[in-house]
Amino acid sequence: MKDFISIKFKVWRQISNESRGIYEEFSLEKVSIKISLLEALDQLNEELITKNIRPITFDHDCREGICGSCGFLINGQPHGPKRGTTTCQLYMRNFKDNALIILEPWQAKSFPIIQDLSVDRNALDKLIISGGYFSIETGKAPDANLIPISPEKAFSSFETATCIGCGACVAGCKNASSSLFVAAKLAHLGQLPQGINDKKERSRKMRKQMIIEGFGQCSNNLECEAVCPKEISAEWISWMNKI
Amino acid sequence: MNNFTNPNLPTGEVEGGWQKTVKNLSNLTPEKKNKFEIIIVGCGLSGSSAAATLAEEGFKIKLLTYHDSPRRAHSVSAQGGINAARSLSDKKNKVVIDQLFKDTVLGGDFRAREASCQRLSELSSSIIDQCVSQGVPFAREYDGTLATRRFGGAVVSRTFYARGQTGQQLLYGAYQSLLRQVNLGNIELFTKRDVLDLVIVNDVARGVIARNLINGYLETYRAHCVVLATGGYSNVYYLSTNSLKSNATAIWRAHKRGANFANPCFTQIHPTCIPPGGIYQSKLTLMSESLRNDGRIWLPRKINSKDDPENIPEYARDYFLERQYPKYGNLVPRDVASRRAKEMCEKGFGIGFGGKGVYLDLKDSIKKDGLKVINAKYGNLLEMYERIVGEDPTKVPMKIYPAPHYTMGGLWVDYNLMSNIGGLFVLGEANYSVHGANRLGANALLQCLCDGYFISPKTVTSWLANNTEIDNRKIDEACKEALNYVDKKIKALLRIKGDKSVDYFHRELGEIMMSKCGISRNRDELKSALEEVEILRKNFKSNLKIPETNSGLNVELEKALRLEDFIELSILMIKDAIEREESCGAHFREEYQTKEGEAKRNDKLFSHIAVWKFNSDNNSHTRYSEQLKFKKINLNTRNYK
Repeated sequence: MKDFISIKFKVWRQISNESRGIYEEFSLEKVSIKISLLEALDQLNEELITKNIRPITFDHDCREGICGSCGFLINGQPHGPKRGTTTCQLYMRNFKDNALIILEPWQAKSFPIIQDLSVDRNALDKLIISGGYFSIETGKAPDANLIPISPEKAFSSFETATCIGCGACVAGCKNASSSLFVAAKLAHLGQLPQGINDKKERSRKMRKQMIIEGFGQCSNNLECEAVCPKEISAEWISWMNKI
Repeated sequence: MNNFTNPNLPTGEVEGGWQKTVKNLSNLTPEKKNKFEIIIVGCGLSGSSAAATLAEEGFKIKLLTYHDSPRRAHSVSAQGGINAARSLSDKKNKVVIDQLFKDTVLGGDFRAREASCQRLSELSSSIIDQCVSQGVPFAREYDGTLATRRFGGAVVSRTFYARGQTGQQLLYGAYQSLLRQVNLGNIELFTKRDVLDLVIVNDVARGVIARNLINGYLETYRAHCVVLATGGYSNVYYLSTNSLKSNATAIWRAHKRGANFANPCFTQIHPTCIPPGGIYQSKLTLMSESLRNDGRIWLPRKINSKDDPENIPEYARDYFLERQYPKYGNLVPRDVASRRAKEMCEKGFGIGFGGKGVYLDLKDSIKKDGLKVINAKYGNLLEMYERIVGEDPTKVPMKIYPAPHYTMGGLWVDYNLMSNIGGLFVLGEANYSVHGANRLGANALLQCLCDGYFISPKTVTSWLANNTEIDNRKIDEACKEALNYVDKKIKALLRIKGDKSVDYFHRELGEIMMSKCGISRNRDELKSALEEVEILRKNFKSNLKIPETNSGLNVELEKALRLEDFIELSILMIKDAIEREESCGAHFREEYQTKEGEAKRNDKLFSHIAVWKFNSDNNSHTRYSEQLKFKKINLNTRNYK
């Protein structure tokens, strides 16, 4: 395999939510296969900057797959072709020389476009605000070892708590449903003894908020699970529906 | 001699000093707290935890962050765990607290305040209670109690963890408490805001100027006091393990407005990170240090070797750590491992892109223990490595290189976490407090939560109770002045119209700082670094290019504003490194080492915190010092041999 490849990008360009967007095409030469897709976009942006063209806007920060900032459609797929991988962890060696890569923003009514590939995911925070927490105040916590939790239970809770809030599940769903996001939070909290008492109430509040934020109904075709970079199981949606 | 504020340390016994201090702090009734507004900048572990706690108590909080959601702050990336001194019996409690205290002071090579380290250790256990009650799913033992592991060379097992994602889980705990307060109407969230200046009136912080990153407008925020929880400045080095947007702007602007900066040259380099693969590499990913338990570090004996590692026979490999340290081999302390790797690469033996890398080979451990055992130990890590590098580390030796990871230096704060500016509190990595010249593994998360949940809520309240006077007319004037200043600064950057991108200059800065003010330092190179950064600064101001845009959103401008401050901060870091004529902790001056190449501290001259004051009248810096006294623990030299 070559160390450097050429890539053709077709990118959605839209200056704001109020304006109209178009696809623009860019060719990029000498792309090291050792860099990530976002780094290839950095490289492209440096070229654009020297030509006094507005660089492509996309969200990112940690670039190690944990902050949940990055994410757009790569050839139609949220976070691209690799399973269990965020956009920032997708490396150019996964693409062929002269490949065409189409980049588009998440498409969901609840995620208005900010610019180009960047969307506003504030609706996800609103879901947590509606009830995604325990009602405990600082300094009033009992001894942490008072309530034993089995390692299996703790780990099962942890697995759902790994959701990074990127929004891929919403973007992948044809109904733009946030069911997996909400189910993951309900399962994180509801599996722990501290959270059992208000499990029902929490579920009611968060699910009501889903409707207020304009997220759709669960489409049952498991696309959310397939695109989740943290591979959270869609079975938690069934678990949620039984609360 | 000293021309700055008193550190306000508790008197008498080191133990229990915090309880004594708390007794003397003033409090307010919840109704009164309701009338005070507090600005908190930053939503990582310390910012979120402080915001949630202060809001619970009744204060009105405005929280500003450049993220789109508080869940994204860089604390989310912390992998290892959080230290806590906990034992099941009260009797043993003192023993474990003393142990964590001692390890923190020794880890910092006696360059932190004893009283603060003691408090950190004493409060640590309640932090675990707090986090568990929020629903943080820590690892558990079979009997259902909390599990711990040994971390970073510690002799005791006291690190609590949630797999390799402890920072993420702790942050989500604080984030959820924060959003609960948003729901109750006690916190107002201002996301996508870059804080670009502070409003200071009569030496008291009363507000901030922020740029709305979506529409580009400048906004003024006023409050009764300001809390900065904006993290560290490892991104001075361009490539680091930090998130890309992590920056020093808020603390640097506070510094230029009068807040003193402590020990800026104390920066930690982590020995085991994935090295750069090309010039467009944007960050370095940390690989757990535990790999050194099973990996042998080597380089080809041939200089500038381009051979594939599999084709290099045993006799042509130099296991340089094992050769130089027969007793400890690959497990020498972090800074020693980093320095030896750097030296070998500078001599031309390095491998990979730019010759900046060494091999870490798991082959012999796999032969000895079997692939299954190694996979069980490091499975996740090896997967992550393969995803980034594209090579299977069980077949091809891993490439690693040291990378900037954490900055101990930060704004000077007293025991109450307040800077020398009244009502300007600084929390977490942004301050200089407990870590001294080097931070103990798993103490970063601990410090953030200590500052946020337990210390600042008490001290901020007390300060507000005693400072109720507000001069609205003067605040108006100061806001206007600060707003104008920022506006001018932005316009000046946009006016440059050169031909080089921000990243071009940032990479240049990183290279100078990494090679001359990084893993090891010496006077001559520091002096030349100072000149090089000065040239870079001029170049930046005449050759920067920010492309024109008709949208308020302007990422290149955001980056340029951050870089401008990083360049200025670099100069202070270099000056501080020149002035500290000793080796201590992570600050290694080549002139001051033992025959064995160990760091040589100079307690007679440097047992102090260097405190830098900015003089705005002539744009210069003055160095003051705060003497450190050790009552509970004797000053001695670390000895890993």
